[in-house]
Amino acid sequence: MADMNRISAAQRFHAYANPARFMALSARLLAPLWGLSLLVVGAGLWFALFDSPPDYQQGETVRIMYVHVPAAWLAMFGYSVMAVASAAGLVFRHPLSDLCAKSAAPIGAAFTFLALLTGSLWGKPMWGTWWEWDARMTSVLILFFLYLGYIALWATIEEPARAARAAAVLALVGAINIPIIRYSVVWWNTLHQPASVFRMDGPTIAPAMLLPLALMGIGLTLLFVALLLVRMRAEVMRRRVRNLRLAQAASAGEA
Amino acid sequence: MTTSELSLSVRDLACERGGRLVFEGLSFSLGHSEALVLTGPNGAGKSSLLRQLAGLLDVTQGEIELSGGDPERTIGEQAHYVGHLDALKPSMSVVETIEFWRSFLGSIPQGAETALEALGLAHLADLPVAYLSAGQRRRLSLARLIAVPRPIWLLDEPTVALDAASVARLVALMKGHLGHGGMIVAATHLDLGLDGARQLRLGAGVAV
Amino acid sequence: MMRAFLALLARDLRLAVRLGGGGGMAVFFFLVVIALLPLGIGPDRELLARVAPGMLWVALLLAALLTLDRLFQADYEDGSLDLLSMGSLPLELVVVAKALGHWLTTGLPLVVVTPLLGVLLNLPGEAYAPLILAMLIGTPALSFLGAIGAALTVGVRRGGLLASLLVLPFYVPVLIFGTGAANAASGGFSGEAGQQSLILLAAVALSSLVLGPLGGAAALRANLR
Repeated sequence: MADMNRISAAQRFHAYANPARFMALSARLLAPLWGLSLLVVGAGLWFALFDSPPDYQQGETVRIMYVHVPAAWLAMFGYSVMAVASAAGLVFRHPLSDLCAKSAAPIGAAFTFLALLTGSLWGKPMWGTWWEWDARMTSVLILFFLYLGYIALWATIEEPARAARAAAVLALVGAINIPIIRYSVVWWNTLHQPASVFRMDGPTIAPAMLLPLALMGIGLTLLFVALLLVRMRAEVMRRRVRNLRLAQAASAGEA
Repeated sequence: MTTSELSLSVRDLACERGGRLVFEGLSFSLGHSEALVLTGPNGAGKSSLLRQLAGLLDVTQGEIELSGGDPERTIGEQAHYVGHLDALKPSMSVVETIEFWRSFLGSIPQGAETALEALGLAHLADLPVAYLSAGQRRRLSLARLIAVPRPIWLLDEPTVALDAASVARLVALMKGHLGHGGMIVAATHLDLGLDGARQLRLGAGVAV
Repeated sequence: MMRAFLALLARDLRLAVRLGGGGGMAVFFFLVVIALLPLGIGPDRELLARVAPGMLWVALLLAALLTLDRLFQADYEDGSLDLLSMGSLPLELVVVAKALGHWLTTGLPLVVVTPLLGVLLNLPGEAYAPLILAMLIGTPALSFLGAIGAALTVGVRRGGLLASLLVLPFYVPVLIFGTGAANAASGGFSGEAGQQSLILLAAVALSSLVLGPLGGAAALRANLR
């Protein structure tokens, strides 16, 4: 019985891996996903900007956190998606996981950049400077580089199958390396850390702040998924165009 | 084309590559509407001679003279050189490639379409070069002969990677070029069936 | 002739945009080098501010070098260089078009991201304008002088590394006068020192506009024929 279930689950898994099925399914999913994410982000923004108290220490500046923290979360989430999809692509070799990894990269990079940007905007009133080399910001910056390297590798190798394998290896090596990099950066930072720098991870978060933070986190994650689907669909179509063109070149060979 | 009294003369030409004398004492002359087919074993200097004629390789000794052409321009500027490399960029489309040649090599009004049709590439116009097969790339490379009219064609194994139909097409274009008073120097292993083409066998130490 | 020049420039820009290689990669490299610096010397803001102009220049220089080897090599490998030397455009102007294309796709983007990297290095506020101005004046010299190195090593195996070694000494004046302009501003010296560096930098840049194409074309001829 259990075996039967597993087989059918595996079959379903492969059914979704079929690009045609994926196109049909994602087409149906996209509209509700967009609606839901915009709704939740909208509500989150309302609470974040108008219906939550200012921080007793940071004042109104704390509202940047409602974008910054979810963006930082999605920066890591995006890389995890990339790493998991790359692993799946290497092991199962079905094309959708490669597409998923490739499509996740620019979105993850965008959120990473957003995290850096909001961190910098927050740092100006807090630290009196646009940029401080603290452990978090530095780690996120290096994560941004990992994203850029991954995107550059995809862009450089023309043959899609080869690019997918190379990029998957890079993503996995990156995923293994991230904790090591993170650890080294923290270690480096404690060497130089001036005690006066304000730490943004306060001991507790007031409940009134938790609600907008949670809403923004969920809403932006939904947005991430919606964007991911859009990009994957675009990628499937791009490959179709590529195949059509290759076929065109081949068919005109005798003419 | 005002190439009716064009004539190319090569006197006592020598070529040295990497300290090795490839050939020396080479002399021949070629008039308008004439073709010269270079033959000879590998390393006899067929490619080197073509590159010397195109001005892409220094002349060690001897001289190459063109009379009746445009005195303001070098021989290279009045010649097409189609070598082993196709000089194509994979990310440019077929039609963009032709248009670049037309504006760069000094264009005389003639649509890119004419050149593409002449080589049977018209339906591929919008495709990136990356998608083309080796034979299609070769044909695109040869399309430059038609895209930019120049009186002298220097062809180094132009039939490589071409199928029989494309070879026939190329031969027809070559005949047309000769008919208009042009001049062709080609190195080839294939008998192209150019009537009245003269032969120059390199590597035998004799120049005909 | 103008038409041929523009056609070549347009082709190079188009290739650069489509391949997304050169310029983007150089900017990425620039970014990473600057980010590594504080990890090496520590995040002390005073120290970073002091070394910022020099480090930005050095990193920019290395980033520009990184893309130089493809300047003629790609055209050499696919046979396009033969074609480029058979047009009515003199080889000198071919070099100008290629170097200009290189500057537009590499030098200019590097200058554009410099303010962002200045923030990372805590570059003093008053140094931004002179530094950017100096970079705008100086980066064309990097492309034009670099063209000589690229032309000298075309067709050479591992030519990229060699080109860097050949060209770096030529970059010394650009580095000295370029950093001078920004340092004068941030060091609180009189405007005169900064102005002088800018004028000298402009002189270097202008001479490279002449030297680059002449040297580059001569090198190409020597190498290819």
